[in-house]
Amino acid sequence: MSHINRSQIDRVAELARLSLSDEEADRLSIELDSFLGYVETLNELNTEGIVPTSHPIPLSTPMRDDLPEPPIDPELAIRNAPESAGSAFVVPKVIDSESL
Amino acid sequence: MSTAFATIDELRTALDSGKSSVVEIVTDCIERAEASQDSIHAFIGLRAAGAIDDAKRADARRASGEVLSPLDGIPVAIKDNMVQAGEPTTCASRILEGFVSPYTATAVERLERAGAIIIGRTNMDEFAMGSSTEHSHFGPTRNPWDLTRTPGGSSGGSAAAVAAGIVPAALGSDTGGSIRQPAAFCGVVGMKPTYGRVSRWGLVAFASSLDQIGAFARTARDCAEVIEVIAGHDHRDSTSIPAPVPHYAESFHGDLNGVTLGIPTEYFEAEGVDSDVLESVRAAIGQFEKAGAKTVEVSLPHTRYAIATYYLIANAEASSNLARFDGVRYGHRSRDANGLTQMYRKTRSEGFGTEVQRRIVLGTYVLSAGYYDAYYRKAQQVRTLVRSDFERAFETCDALVTPTSPEVAFAFGDKTDDPLTMYLSDIYTASANLAGIPGVSIPCGRVGGLPVGLQLLGKPLDETTPLRVADAYQRATDHHLHHAGSSE
Repeated sequence: MSHINRSQIDRVAELARLSLSDEEADRLSIELDSFLGYVETLNELNTEGIVPTSHPIPLSTPMRDDLPEPPIDPELAIRNAPESAGSAFVVPKVIDSESL
Repeated sequence: MSTAFATIDELRTALDSGKSSVVEIVTDCIERAEASQDSIHAFIGLRAAGAIDDAKRADARRASGEVLSPLDGIPVAIKDNMVQAGEPTTCASRILEGFVSPYTATAVERLERAGAIIIGRTNMDEFAMGSSTEHSHFGPTRNPWDLTRTPGGSSGGSAAAVAAGIVPAALGSDTGGSIRQPAAFCGVVGMKPTYGRVSRWGLVAFASSLDQIGAFARTARDCAEVIEVIAGHDHRDSTSIPAPVPHYAESFHGDLNGVTLGIPTEYFEAEGVDSDVLESVRAAIGQFEKAGAKTVEVSLPHTRYAIATYYLIANAEASSNLARFDGVRYGHRSRDANGLTQMYRKTRSEGFGTEVQRRIVLGTYVLSAGYYDAYYRKAQQVRTLVRSDFERAFETCDALVTPTSPEVAFAFGDKTDDPLTMYLSDIYTASANLAGIPGVSIPCGRVGGLPVGLQLLGKPLDETTPLRVADAYQRATDHHLHHAGSSE
């Protein structure tokens, strides 16, 4: 059975913001197909009405006192940026660009 | 004294009696780490100068009669996916190139406060995705028992660092078996506590509903001491459990009277399990009975669905978590791109390795419009069934005994061609992450000269019983005393 064609891989790569070579895209379409074939075993199970587990240990949202704490020093945070100007992260121009 | 292969307990005795100083212990430790880099390659980075400074402070404290905790002055390695202020964190990935953390992970901060000396960052599969430590941007770690074999993964560097006698303890993280399986392959103790027991603040996220920090050590007692220090509620992690942390060793009686151990039928009948591995585990079960434990057969009927469920959930959550690596705020940025979108795409494909991109693609697909219910929601429903299996099993027993891995350490390249065969090596470990329960792997013998791991799984928040059983076993046997290169 085949679930995946090349245009689906290209769409996923676009959603995931990856840049795949032809060779990589072809390999991934085979691997994704084999993965989806494997996980099809779950369809043997009737899960109607079963509550999904999103979190293994049930906890209610914890509350705490709303006390200010010192944030990470912005200077330290910006130091990791590949490109920065003052206290700002520099990114490629986004206005009037087709890349949006 | 020689500090190689020493336990925490032995190092503390040497410190208390004045036979060794912390500076001596830490210097030895760093020398061993450096000397073994060419052969074992357990570390991505060593903190030589910082660790020696910390050691001097620990000696000064001790001289003035102040000892912060039982771990004061004890060297510990951390997996390179937990941040420490002023130190790099790479997750064994090119994408975190040049990143230096502005803050410290809670688990690491608790070690620091206890006086433990962080000596370096250990190798791992990139972003903890893998079971062999072959998927590291910096090259693989080799198994100290046999350099042609993998140490397991993803916390392979931490396991190998303890197995090679470099450090007495190390931190790891376990999303589907990434502490327990390398502990088994390297012949050391490795524990993943209950989900939420140790704060994930400062742990680079892989799959947030599965990730948990834990520890490696040479003995169950040492492992318990490290867990005790790093565990406990943290308001910075909203999934952190607000429950008191017991003093585990108080329950280590040596005997197992009153303990009922469950043997899950499905785990002993699974396909592709090495019969010699099963034999070692069965022999250990005999030992547990001799120590006073009762055993009962239990059933975990959804075991065969666990791996598919695990990989759906883990990859989906990973694809979402790894969206943050975009070349804007930290790490690698492609120099060869026009416009924002191309910058994102090239940065990510240059920065992430093959396995990480594979998982991002799988995860993005199963979360994409039209497929969410069929895959992710379905997997979450089966996750409920897997959890219920454990709840039912724990009605008749206090802990479960299983092999940790279906086989002993495999050779490099054995499973890299077909990702699915690599995924199946997590068959005994991934269910515990789905259910959120604690598990510890201990060495229980050797097959063909390589260590075999036995896994003990406990009820949610009951790390005590698996650790108590592990400790009783180690009092009665000597498997944990053998190490790579030791004579019989």
